[in-house]
Amino acid sequence: MPNMSPIKTPMPSQEPDVRNKNFLEVATGYTVEMAKGEAERCLNCKHRPCVSGCPVNVQIPDFIKKIVEGDFEAAYQVITSTNALPAISGRVCPQESQCESKCVRGIKTEPVGIGRLERFVADWHREHVEEKVEKPASNGHKVAVVGSGPSGLTCAADLAKLGYQVSIFEAFHTAGGVLVYGIPEFRLPKAIVGGEVDKLRALGVEVMTDMVMGKVLSIDELMDDMGYEAVFIGTGAGLPRFMNIPGEGLAGVCSANEYLTRINLMKGYLEEYDTPVLQSKAVAVVGGGNVAMDACRCAKRMGAEKVYIVYRRGEAEMPARNEEIEHAKEEGIEFKNLCNPVEIIGGVGEDGKPTGRVAAIKCIRMELGEPDASGRRRPIEVPGSEFILEVDTVIMALGTSPNPLIRSTTPGLETNRRGCLIVGEDGVSTTREGVFAGGDAVTGAATVILAMGAGKKAAAAIDKYIQNK
Amino acid sequence: MYKIVRKEVLNPTITLLEIEAPFVAKKAQPGQFIILRIDEKGERLPLTIGGFDREKGTVTIIFQLVGLTTKALAKMNEGDYLLDFVGPLGMPTEMEGVKSACVIGGGLGTAIAYPVAKGFHDAGVRTDVIVGFRNKDLVILEKDFEDACDNLYVMTDDGSYKEKGFTTTKLQQLLEAGEKYDVIIAIGPVPMMKFVVKTAEPFGVPCRVSLNPIMIDGTGMCGGCRVSVGGKMKFACVDGPEFDGYQVDFDDLMNRNATYRAQEAQMTKDHMCRFDKLGQDLIQ
Repeated sequence: MPNMSPIKTPMPSQEPDVRNKNFLEVATGYTVEMAKGEAERCLNCKHRPCVSGCPVNVQIPDFIKKIVEGDFEAAYQVITSTNALPAISGRVCPQESQCESKCVRGIKTEPVGIGRLERFVADWHREHVEEKVEKPASNGHKVAVVGSGPSGLTCAADLAKLGYQVSIFEAFHTAGGVLVYGIPEFRLPKAIVGGEVDKLRALGVEVMTDMVMGKVLSIDELMDDMGYEAVFIGTGAGLPRFMNIPGEGLAGVCSANEYLTRINLMKGYLEEYDTPVLQSKAVAVVGGGNVAMDACRCAKRMGAEKVYIVYRRGEAEMPARNEEIEHAKEEGIEFKNLCNPVEIIGGVGEDGKPTGRVAAIKCIRMELGEPDASGRRRPIEVPGSEFILEVDTVIMALGTSPNPLIRSTTPGLETNRRGCLIVGEDGVSTTREGVFAGGDAVTGAATVILAMGAGKKAAAAIDKYIQNK
Repeated sequence: MYKIVRKEVLNPTITLLEIEAPFVAKKAQPGQFIILRIDEKGERLPLTIGGFDREKGTVTIIFQLVGLTTKALAKMNEGDYLLDFVGPLGMPTEMEGVKSACVIGGGLGTAIAYPVAKGFHDAGVRTDVIVGFRNKDLVILEKDFEDACDNLYVMTDDGSYKEKGFTTTKLQQLLEAGEKYDVIIAIGPVPMMKFVVKTAEPFGVPCRVSLNPIMIDGTGMCGGCRVSVGGKMKFACVDGPEFDGYQVDFDDLMNRNATYRAQEAQMTKDHMCRFDKLGQDLIQ
């Protein structure tokens, strides 16, 4: 008899007033009892709608059944047969718009907490099973993976397991891409990402950091001189967008990418690191996506007294995960929805001269009109509704446009007008033979799990390409 | 890990290190830069490339002791290793179509101007070089420049060595005397670059400047290095670091470069306190 509780088993979490002062993980994870209880809410439907909502095709009812049976390692094996990085996706996937949105329990009550269960299984495995990763026998073929974010890691793992000799080229000093520079420690502990990279090394994958591809080596050199038969490009998002409003040049304005990189990758929140981070009393984060939520919650943890989200649409239109929005609110972030910045105002010093630093942000109220191309209702300015928020820091979290370094140095690699790599019907072949791509470099800013899905698909396509050559 | 194979103290505030980095050396061009990190807890420090030797696989960096990281870097010695050394980043100096050039370096900028001058000179471009320093003790690379240009003009602010005056004083003289250049390239403190542009303007000589804004990744991801060029936002790491001097908003750049100054000063102080305390602990 299934557990008919109408709500998901609540996730144990640090108290909001405690966690908004530290960088430890917010959600501490299910106990064995909680996991079994939640797993028993699954009806094990014959038609498995949840699976169709998963970009990497995790056999959800099967792994949940194993949890009910108490065989957590078997559950792990079910998940990892299609998803190489469950500890990560269990934490950062937007389950509410994917698997959980299709859950039959979700029609009348809350859906099964699939993400929480996935995380439980991955964490249980990490804590209880000493994994013996064996390097598979080599098939003698070399593949290069450019970028070590979710798509690159997934692609490399799948290819390595098939016996390919894989080299990952990462521009930063640490592998992991957005998983280490973007998503904060309190949402995805970096030890988990590091563990996954170590597993890749154990599989025989060579991880080369400090390699800015397109500059230090070109795709042509990889293929013509260095013997790589195929290349996967997973270079992710690129140049941050700004608003092009007056005052963006003031000190105290930065992109969320810069702010988060200083804090996450360069550990600006730890005193023993030399990384300077803006010391803020009041912060406005502009945007409504996951990156905006990460930035505002980091600002709070770095000691800002007031932190605002300024978003031009309403909460219902926010692209961020529901959980992130809820967590941000609990932690004391103030939401200024239906507001849009029009100007950033610089301060005036005691001597009457401009300080060159942010003193306030002028915003205008918005209302929602007819739906636009994205299907969301278009925000329209309310005339005369300008107001001032006093802040010393403005963080722009408005999305990015793809990085130009590879496309500008690789002849024959075509991009669309937004700068995203053009791919064929299979979703991963570029316009250059032997060159495949996936993740944000193809789609523009999207999610970790979609990037993982693309990495997986690309690994299969690369295998097919090389075997048929 | 990247080995330091040579160290040379050029003057009391400027140090040269030659680093073993074969991948970077193979591709480096004048005008490009690298980013280094000394150790796990260090900053990512962008520095313009001061020279490279493709055969030896080495890249030279020349830096001024201004902050925490550069001071720590100056304490390192031959045989020590840097944890990270990334590059070459940015666009190389544009040399196509140039038949005569004037390369101007001020202070530390002189070190960065050197590979640019050498690049022009080696390519058969008629190259004049003007370098400026506060005083005699700070003059660097004079011998190197002599072999890398047609005419070298060394200026000191106080006249304690060679000619008295600023780099712009000499540029003004040369232009008034009828010297014709296809391009002027200025590398140095932001105020100097701003005044080189002002000096060149009445003569209508194209003028490029090399910028060194705040930066983290150097690949076009963080947006920290954004500069206003011709009213448009450009990223120094991928679009630069050299830009048309007439289009650059220098005041905006100076303002943004001061973003972390107070904090860096505090950090340097804290470090010193930590070192002092360590010293005291050792004595006790």
